[in-house]
Amino acid sequence: MPYIPHTDKDVAEMLAGIGASSTEDLFDEIPVGLRVDDLPGVPEALTEAEITRLMRRRARRDGEVVSFLGAGAYEHYIPAAVWDVATRGEFYSAYTPYQAEASQGTLQLIYEYQTMMTGLTGLDVSNASLYDGATAFAEACLMAVRANRKSKSGRVLVSRGVNPIYRSVTDAIIKGQGIELVEIPLRDGRTDVDALAQFDGQDFAALCLQQPTFLGTIEEADAITDWAHERNILVIGSCNPLSLALLKAPGDWGENGADIACGEGQPLGIPLSSGGPYFGYMVCRTQLQRQMPGRIVGGTLDIEGRVGYTLTLQAREQHIRRSKATSNICTNQGLMVTAATIHMSLLGAEGLRRVALACHANTRMLADALAKIDGVSIAFGPYFHEAVVQLDRPAQSIIEALGSQKILAGYDLSAHYPELGSALLVCATEARTSDDIGAYVAAFEDAMKKSQAA
Amino acid sequence: MSEPLIFEISQRGRRAPSHAPSDVPEHDLPADLLREDPPLLPEVSELQVVRHFTRLSQRNFSIDTEFYPLGSCTMKYNPKACNRLAMLPEFLERHPLGAVEHGQGFLECMYELQDMLAAVTGMAATSLTPMAGAQGEFAGVAMIRAYHDANGDHERREIIVPDAAHGTNPATATMCGCVAVEIPTGADGDIDMDALRDAVGPQTAGIMLTNPSTLGVFERKITEVAKIVHDAGGLLYYDGANLNAILGRAFPGDMGFDVMHLNLHKTFSTPHGGGGPGSGAVCVNERLEPFLPIPVVGKKIVDGEDRYVWLTEADRPRSIGRLSAFMGNAGILLRAYIYMRILGREGMRRVSEFATLNANYLMKRLADLGFDVAFPERRASHEFIVSLKAITSETGITAMDFAKALLDRGFHAPTTYFPLLIPECLLIEPTETEARQDLDAFANALAEIRDLARSDPDAVKAAPMTTPVRRLDDVRAARHLDLAWRPADDASQ
Repeated sequence: MPYIPHTDKDVAEMLAGIGASSTEDLFDEIPVGLRVDDLPGVPEALTEAEITRLMRRRARRDGEVVSFLGAGAYEHYIPAAVWDVATRGEFYSAYTPYQAEASQGTLQLIYEYQTMMTGLTGLDVSNASLYDGATAFAEACLMAVRANRKSKSGRVLVSRGVNPIYRSVTDAIIKGQGIELVEIPLRDGRTDVDALAQFDGQDFAALCLQQPTFLGTIEEADAITDWAHERNILVIGSCNPLSLALLKAPGDWGENGADIACGEGQPLGIPLSSGGPYFGYMVCRTQLQRQMPGRIVGGTLDIEGRVGYTLTLQAREQHIRRSKATSNICTNQGLMVTAATIHMSLLGAEGLRRVALACHANTRMLADALAKIDGVSIAFGPYFHEAVVQLDRPAQSIIEALGSQKILAGYDLSAHYPELGSALLVCATEARTSDDIGAYVAAFEDAMKKSQAA
Repeated sequence: MSEPLIFEISQRGRRAPSHAPSDVPEHDLPADLLREDPPLLPEVSELQVVRHFTRLSQRNFSIDTEFYPLGSCTMKYNPKACNRLAMLPEFLERHPLGAVEHGQGFLECMYELQDMLAAVTGMAATSLTPMAGAQGEFAGVAMIRAYHDANGDHERREIIVPDAAHGTNPATATMCGCVAVEIPTGADGDIDMDALRDAVGPQTAGIMLTNPSTLGVFERKITEVAKIVHDAGGLLYYDGANLNAILGRAFPGDMGFDVMHLNLHKTFSTPHGGGGPGSGAVCVNERLEPFLPIPVVGKKIVDGEDRYVWLTEADRPRSIGRLSAFMGNAGILLRAYIYMRILGREGMRRVSEFATLNANYLMKRLADLGFDVAFPERRASHEFIVSLKAITSETGITAMDFAKALLDRGFHAPTTYFPLLIPECLLIEPTETEARQDLDAFANALAEIRDLARSDPDAVKAAPMTTPVRRLDDVRAARHLDLAWRPADDASQ
């Protein structure tokens, strides 16, 4: 019996102790009409050797693909030490550190993580994580609406440069509370600063940017931040944390800096893994900390005066505040934060900066080569590690042609950004070699020759 | 011995250089877009990193190292095979937006998982996307709301929750724009039916229930509860926190529930990870299927072969939408899939069988040792409550003191002070993977602490003595907030 330690003798003696004649008796409070005695929808058990064969076979079906896809999830090299240490049983099989004295490992690690995230973002207070970049964005919008007491409208300005899936997830999460997202248009792939004038005199709780934008471009965040702050609008920056090793931190945007930074933590040592588990991060100014959702770790002293760590500011949370909590979040993405903290420690500021620069250089190499192909142009700049490739024919034709050669060509932008015509979002991280890029460009050129212009 | 912060180990100019490209390429990004100073991150060698985080891990209690009877959390053994196989390189390297042609192996697992979860709950359909129990609750209440809105029933905004419910239930109601209405529990641990009848009406959107309840007993009048709520036009939400107790013994679908979430990190043994990732898959009956969060995995037959595809907005126009950037905690879902395949049909039923045996045995042992169990006339589910109120009155030693003294004896503490109804309570959930001798040792430890409380209460109050730190000053933590380390020469702090 997998994972059940009981001997027949144990069972007999335990039942005798309870005063039951069989284990079936233990379910006698379930009304007879509700009891079931079989699970026909579940297959028979497999041994560990059998499930290993099955999973290896299925994994092999999916493997050996070279990816130029980004669009919110990025392939980076992850040092061996990251997951070797993160999956130690003492991290992997512990739970939320409610018993602080028995959880100092996890608690100190989260404190170190919080410190690293404040460093990357240039803001003051980090939480212990949220589910992913999309839900972190939704929670940031909700937090800003709660925190901005000067605003009564429940309306939030969101740049069209924010990941369209994040906007869709946010809408699904916030609409029950009557909060509305209002879109700021783009010009040349970046938030249109001049278009902000149309919102003058209207009431908004927050303005949200993504850095770099979903289209890969780097926003001029200073002017937009100042515009918002002059109108008592809080500024939320959804940022790729790897890019912050290179780009200006949200805490330094404009005169006073953004108020909340959030985003997808996946580029910090988390494998692609079909989309999860990843983690959402959130960092804010001190003034907003009591509106922060999720767990926060603080330093304190024990009765002997030794430094220790514990969950704090818990009066915000659901287990204390119930229906008045800042969020219903409880379990977050602790194991992912463990990996990310180890990853950031191994790379350090200089290592992350080099990875960011290598990504940028690879994407430039790719974009420059693609721009030389007839019928292809690179739409916007400056970009970080993704570029919009405009085509004279449907992007899907290229995606399919390269897909048959086990190359993921990029993300088809036509559904979410029809104004760009046929456009493909491509990404070459540091994990791609110049040979990979050469092979991609050759396959791309070949596909263009074989397919028809629109 | 204390472990310094990684920042205190750091020295300027030291790096673990093999993990980043060695040549820094030229770039022409405008200077006003770039940061001027490097972020505050440590500069440490790989060995320093490995040693530091290994040492930190050793400052944790965990299932792999201690009995961890944390009530309502189902801290059972997390099989190593589940982790290893979910981390096969091809699974880890698969991009979430990659074409389905390059994901048939993964998608087949997800499709089968959807079916198996529906099968063990008696429901019609599953969505795997919610990333934790609380998000599963959100999905469920959002579906209930969408269902009423689709029927033009816009006034149904009240969600009934028992007073013993998890805090996430009322918090979820608020997030969905609903109002939580609490109803009391009767003295026998079942819902107060009169209070329920009074609470329902044309404003009722639904009720959220955990069954067995957080009091560790099966709600015996569940069919009647379902009838009252359905007759009033409301729907029933099943909080799957305690599914471990009835796995393969009864179906929430048969009890009358319309929608539920499962905590895969509880019942299906995916890791708790020091606070996540969880996974809160949702199952529904036919009437709520159109509202399931997307994406859902579908199957088509193409050229006589199974082909797995994503069902998205176009296929499910009435969906409540997307709740994650991609499809939720995919790697965790893989672990749950592997666990279910290893246990199989019979193993699923053994989970509830031995979880219930262990709970009832431990409850009887503690009752025999003189402890007050909350509902002695009731059968325990997979967990039960001990109230220490009498001992607290007698000795001044509280449930929290017991919790700390257990740590010194090599046991993680049970859940304390939850549910809120029972004073000085311990909610104890041994799970099916614990051996009898560990249950006996735990019972004996509790008795020993109780005896010490009577003979030398200060010795109990002083616990824990053996943990890396002793009792921490939570008030200081909240009053003098220290939420991030700052270098000594940083004048801003």
